[in-house]
Amino acid sequence: MKAKVDSIILAYLAGVKMPKQTKKETTAGQVSVNLDAEFRKSNIHEVLDKLDRELIGLKPVKTRINETAALLLVDRVRKQLELSAGAPSLHMCFTGNPGTGKTTVALRISEILHRLGYVREGHLVSVTRDDLVGQYIGHTAPKTKEVIKKAMGGVLFIDEAYYLYKPENERDYGAESIEILLQIMENNREDLVVILAGYKDRMNKFFNSNPGMRSRIAHHIDFPDYGVDELLAIANLMLAEQNYKFSADGEKVFREYIQLRMKLEHFANARSMRNALDRARLRQANRLFAGNKKSLTKIDLMTLEPDDILASRVFQEGKLDDN
Amino acid sequence: MMTNSGNKLTQGQFSFLPPLTDEQISKQIKYALKNNWAIGIEYTDDPHPRNTYWEMFGNPMFDLRDPAGILMEINNCRKIFSSHYVRVTAFDSTRGVESLKMSYIVNRPKKEPGFGLVRQEGEGRLVRYTIHSYATDKSEGERY
Ligand SMILES: Nc1ncnc2c1ncn2[C@@H]1O[C@H](COP(=O)(O)OP(=O)(O)OP(=O)(O)O)[C@@H](O)[C@H]1O
Ligand SMILES: [Mg+2]
Repeated sequence: MKAKVDSIILAYLAGVKMPKQTKKETTAGQVSVNLDAEFRKSNIHEVLDKLDRELIGLKPVKTRINETAALLLVDRVRKQLELSAGAPSLHMCFTGNPGTGKTTVALRISEILHRLGYVREGHLVSVTRDDLVGQYIGHTAPKTKEVIKKAMGGVLFIDEAYYLYKPENERDYGAESIEILLQIMENNREDLVVILAGYKDRMNKFFNSNPGMRSRIAHHIDFPDYGVDELLAIANLMLAEQNYKFSADGEKVFREYIQLRMKLEHFANARSMRNALDRARLRQANRLFAGNKKSLTKIDLMTLEPDDILASRVFQEGKLDDN
Repeated sequence: MMTNSGNKLTQGQFSFLPPLTDEQISKQIKYALKNNWAIGIEYTDDPHPRNTYWEMFGNPMFDLRDPAGILMEINNCRKIFSSHYVRVTAFDSTRGVESLKMSYIVNRPKKEPGFGLVRQEGEGRLVRYTIHSYATDKSEGERY
């Protein structure tokens, strides 16, 4: 009976309406729960569906997130039946090349964790080495703690985490920051979730020289590079968000652009798409101006034509555009 | 009749209540954060009512979402200054207000001898009264 009361309280705390029939007392006096109903009521499927819809590709990442959400849901149901197993470790590591969506996914994860009641506020604090590490003795600890306090109740996202550790300089203050983070990750699991992000090989090197950090991170998620089709789909999605679209020919040319751009240096997946589209919009505006057309239709103002893309230096000289 | 009822200092909010639990403190902090007040942690071993300015334990804290970080600092302060008075303040920086909205004690010495009334005889039959904390007869850091 106490379990029942607790579960209602827990569900209430988690902001979830208690489903009437998810839990019944069987004749043997055993309590049972209906996981499926619990899942439907927890309304995290909304977030998961949104994630699936708004992020192109990223299959392995989405699978991992679904699995993690299932684990957390089961864990919560177990708690209702007083099968406590301690707070699960939720610290994560995201590896992948630039622009593969790590920051974007981190934002969504914090929302999922919030809905499941694993973080109290659900905000994301995104930092790099400069926010954590100080310039002189005695500067680092307060700086790191300041950031940690801001992130409490939510998710602390540390981009390019390997810069925290500089083995070539044994007096580097980064080590002090790592020390504090390790302590917090162990002792304050209920207060914040830490997500480290960066390139895979460098992240691996970082973990090899910081085994304490590796052992505290339960979830490693790898973000693959996007293929041409995925990049095109992402570009279309980004355009739609801004009320633009490609003409049929425009799209064909943009596909060629992607293929050329992928081979050039500093390719940053989805971010390169965003930048290319920004430049195409600029060229479209200039084209409309130069065209001297008396009246422009809504369609004219929305459409990116081949010319807007072909003017890129990627086509002209096989080089990157300025800016 | 004893004047130092309960042998405890009564300053700020909640001081006639039993000590706040960490959970209750968290709720008070949450309330202050919601109002965008800056939260400070202060300590002293000179609790004379006219001693308005206690020592700050670290910088004032604002722009936070969750009380856990502040509770962590309170507990650090309690550990380091276990036999001092520690209070939590909430400062409202709104123009024209610019003053404390909350102040409550979260740590106190085990034994609080309180204050004595001192009478000073002046010219004629004049008597001046003042209060004096027994603890401050000892030097700083050794008072409680
Ligand atoms: N799968 C996707 N579907 C749609 N848009 C995406 C996708 N992946 C990334 N984006 C978009 O691409 C941009 C860059 O993504 P994000 O900042 O998350 O990448 P990142 O991996 O954090 O990059 P970096 O390592 O350089 O920090 C964002 O504007 C994001 O909205
Ligand atoms: Mg990023």
